[in-house]
Amino acid sequence: MSSDRTIGATLVGLARALGHALVSEQVARQPGLLQAFDPRVRVAGLLGLVLAVTLSHRISVVLALLCAAVLIALLSKVSLMTLTTRVWLVVLLFTGVIALPALFLTPGDAIFTTADGGLRITAQGATTALLLIARVEAAVTLTTLLVLCTPWMHVLKALRAFRIPQEVVMMLAMTHRYIFLLAETASQMFESRRSRTVGVLTGPEQRRMTARTAGVLLSKSVELSNDVFLAMQSRGFRGDVKILSEFRMRVWDYVGLTAFLVIAILAVWMGR
Amino acid sequence: MTAVSSIFEVQSASFEYEGIPALRGLSLTIDRGQSIALVGANGSGKSTLLRLLNALCFPSGGTVSFCGDPLTAEKFRTVSCEISFRRRVALVFQNPDVQLFNPTVFDEVAFGPLQMGWSTADVVTRVDETLQLMGITHLRDRAPYRLSGGEKKRVALASVIVLDPEVLLLDEPTSMLDPRSQSQLIDLIQQWKGSSKTVVTATHQLEIVEDIADRVFVLEQGSVAASGSAREILSDADLLLRANLVHAHRHTHGAMTHSHPHLHSHDEHKH
Repeated sequence: MSSDRTIGATLVGLARALGHALVSEQVARQPGLLQAFDPRVRVAGLLGLVLAVTLSHRISVVLALLCAAVLIALLSKVSLMTLTTRVWLVVLLFTGVIALPALFLTPGDAIFTTADGGLRITAQGATTALLLIARVEAAVTLTTLLVLCTPWMHVLKALRAFRIPQEVVMMLAMTHRYIFLLAETASQMFESRRSRTVGVLTGPEQRRMTARTAGVLLSKSVELSNDVFLAMQSRGFRGDVKILSEFRMRVWDYVGLTAFLVIAILAVWMGR
Repeated sequence: MTAVSSIFEVQSASFEYEGIPALRGLSLTIDRGQSIALVGANGSGKSTLLRLLNALCFPSGGTVSFCGDPLTAEKFRTVSCEISFRRRVALVFQNPDVQLFNPTVFDEVAFGPLQMGWSTADVVTRVDETLQLMGITHLRDRAPYRLSGGEKKRVALASVIVLDPEVLLLDEPTSMLDPRSQSQLIDLIQQWKGSSKTVVTATHQLEIVEDIADRVFVLEQGSVAASGSAREILSDADLLLRANLVHAHRHTHGAMTHSHPHLHSHDEHKH
């Protein structure tokens, strides 16, 4: 692959990451099922479902929770295309690689054997691999729904309402702001590199270039993180998240919270 | 005769970054209501001094006092002390990107007042007024990191002006701006400062100094090399050459080619 293509792909990736953030804010401001709940209900409810997913040992229960997540997504105006490209395909790729050995290494009843008998897939192995993939898909889908349907500052404020330590919330606030700055800086660095790159770079040259860029980016990131924090501190930020909208629990929120918790408890009980 | 009260008093302040000195025994006094320009080449200590004045860091030697009280790390551990200071002294960073961290321009401008504990109604009213004053009402719901350089600077300025601070510290406010945006920003600063506000601007753009300051401190290697009125400083070619603020400018008048220091005073240069 030419250096131009490598750098081009990186630039497109960085631009896409910034675009995703913008889409998230737009989705969070649309009317929808999740958006109608108090942010604390969204955080508690969805994280409760994530906990249920991780505690369930039955694939049918995990798949049912995944279906519930899809239904919630549709009712919250989150497109399935967004979930497919940002969650399902990525999770399938990474978790698939981790789950693959389980197909062959888990002892049990063979359901497929290669012609020479060297490799065999067992029913137990297939179930383990499928359970792992389904669990990660469901958990990441639910977490993504939370982030897509809730402005980030509301998520942080809700976390503080659950007594999550101020330091942790501050770290999340900084990371969120800082990651965009870093993506933008990286994008500019790659653009500048592309404008000065002529011809085709060999594999080792590309690797060297990437390593150098990563090194410079790391140095810049330390400086940037410090400046971002100082800028927040300069305007009175002391770690507590303060936003305009005050959280208020209404009847609808209690109904939602109860529904989330009932589903989560049922799932844990049925999936034990 | 009435004594003029100083708002900042810096005495023999030193500061270093990982062993590299940024300020070396710097001393200066800033009076209430003054418009100050800190000029100096890159690395002369302008930005560090602004951070010290904003109590974002504290001197390793010497003192920085605000209204007669030394600014110390211990004092800033008290919430009421920090909030009161941040309400009165605001800093606009050189790179607006580090200052804009909220999802929308409205949220960005509302960030400071919310930290001060203002009521929701007050925050909304004050933010709307500030957006109007800065001519950025149309950007209200836009994401700050998607704005142009000039727009980002305006939002960054709005995000601190909303607090109506007594002292405004500006770090290179016109850098990276096109001439029109630069001129608009200077107009805004002039319009805002009025008579009771203190404005301290760090810059190496000498052409804006006369417009924004009535007193100038020239910084050189972390200390004050000279101070005086804008006119006095800008007419001292030797000083500006020594402080790396001007360069030799070669040009032609008819058949005669000559060179002289490239000054930025509003006066025409003499031949």
